[in-house]
Amino acid sequence: MASVKIVLPGDIIDTRREEDTTQQESNVEDEATVIRLGPGLVQSSEAVSAVTAGVLHSNSETNRWWVAGNKRRYVAAVGEPVVGVVVARHGEGYRVDIGSAHDALLPHLAFEGATKRNKPNLAVGTVVYGRVVVANSVMDPEIECYNSNTGKSEGYGELSEGFMFKCSLGLARRLIDTKAPVLAALGNGVPFEVAVGVNGRVWVNAGSVATTILVANAIRNSEYLDAKQCRQMVKELLEKQ
Amino acid sequence: MVAEIGPSNIESAFLLEALKKGTRVDGRGIYDYRTLKISCGPTYGLAEVQLGQTRVLARVSCEVTRPFPDRPTEGIVLFNTELSSMAGFGLDSSRSSTQEVAISRMVERVIKQSRAIDSEALCILAGEKVWTIRIDVHFLDHGGNLIDAASIAAIAALKHFRRPDVTIDGEEAIIHDVRERNPVPLSIHHTPICVTFGFFGASGDMLVLDPTLLEEQVQVSSFTITLNSHREICALNKAGGIPLSPDQIQRCTQVALAKVDEVNEKIQLALKASTA
Repeated sequence: MASVKIVLPGDIIDTRREEDTTQQESNVEDEATVIRLGPGLVQSSEAVSAVTAGVLHSNSETNRWWVAGNKRRYVAAVGEPVVGVVVARHGEGYRVDIGSAHDALLPHLAFEGATKRNKPNLAVGTVVYGRVVVANSVMDPEIECYNSNTGKSEGYGELSEGFMFKCSLGLARRLIDTKAPVLAALGNGVPFEVAVGVNGRVWVNAGSVATTILVANAIRNSEYLDAKQCRQMVKELLEKQ
Repeated sequence: MVAEIGPSNIESAFLLEALKKGTRVDGRGIYDYRTLKISCGPTYGLAEVQLGQTRVLARVSCEVTRPFPDRPTEGIVLFNTELSSMAGFGLDSSRSSTQEVAISRMVERVIKQSRAIDSEALCILAGEKVWTIRIDVHFLDHGGNLIDAASIAAIAALKHFRRPDVTIDGEEAIIHDVRERNPVPLSIHHTPICVTFGFFGASGDMLVLDPTLLEEQVQVSSFTITLNSHREICALNKAGGIPLSPDQIQRCTQVALAKVDEVNEKIQLALKASTA
């Protein structure tokens, strides 16, 4: 299974594996295996078809299949970390733009240690790092800025200094994986903080303006580079500084 | 429906802090253009311009029509822009925002009122038949500075375009099919290029050339100067914003002169390399 399979919207996916086909010819129908469909795939009657363009991936242990595509318009999904900008304040919470078709709702109490008397006071235009709690096709999405199980912020909340920029969704997903080569290479060179939202927005804060710009540009440039090229690019940027 | 939101607090604060130190957030110098790529073809009159993340497509087409009654010997030039939601968030092709109208009018003015196209040469039979040249500009991606990209795309498309050849036989005009006779280029007098500057700070003392989308959202004033390769000023545009001093205007003009020569060279190279 070394070849890369690229699918387009509407393609029917054959989820049987090469090792299985020979057995299926000789054996009688075994119990049907359960296949889990991840992003980019839907089931229409008996067939599985792709709805996004991208590379088809599968995990043989969990039997999970998904399509890794690259777009710039975000569709909210539960549990994903996102970087948002407050656009309005309402009675029950804030309206936060997370790049999806509808703005998300952030309740006033969805912060660490927030009570009715002790609420954070965010101005319009504040950048926040949150987690999506509610996301479906019939309601506006909702986010929270703390872990509601433990009650701790765990990195979520207001982001008050530094700089934020937009990138493609594919790059954001690769950055979330902490072994992303560009972040590792930068970390060896300069100290910085980063918050990655899978909605295609990245927040960076380093000690000085110049370093922050360097980190932001390195991350933006790393979109189409492989690990070796990333390290080379970061090395050149750090030397020029 | 998401309306266009402004930049966040930290983005504006960071941008201004960086500018005070003389740097821009994408690492450019204040007088640097972003990477400019122009490609013409495969059909005549089609030009795509990439200015950093901004992408614009211009298409020129022609048609034989009756002239305006008060201008029987002149051809007609029609101009149209499309700024749809493909270009960016919060943009909608059904509502023409003031920004889109301003850009559209600016580029139209630059092409038509500076007399870049020779309209008399578009006449076939006076009072009866003239060429109508139609320029359609589509904004594919809004990364800031749409005016410059649109003006480069429009003028490159016009220079690239070929119209069918015409022979006049007394009172008759024979319009030759492009397969019979090679199509001929339009008569373009000069190449106007727009150069846009953004100003920041309470008195507009910090300026940048070719603002990105974020810089456009934070700027306090914008100034566009249109020059051609003969060092003539074709248009000046400053709509609203804080007032600028004559020194600032002079400085911008000097910078723009150098930039226009570079852009013209790139257009020439793109026309030569065209696949049409």
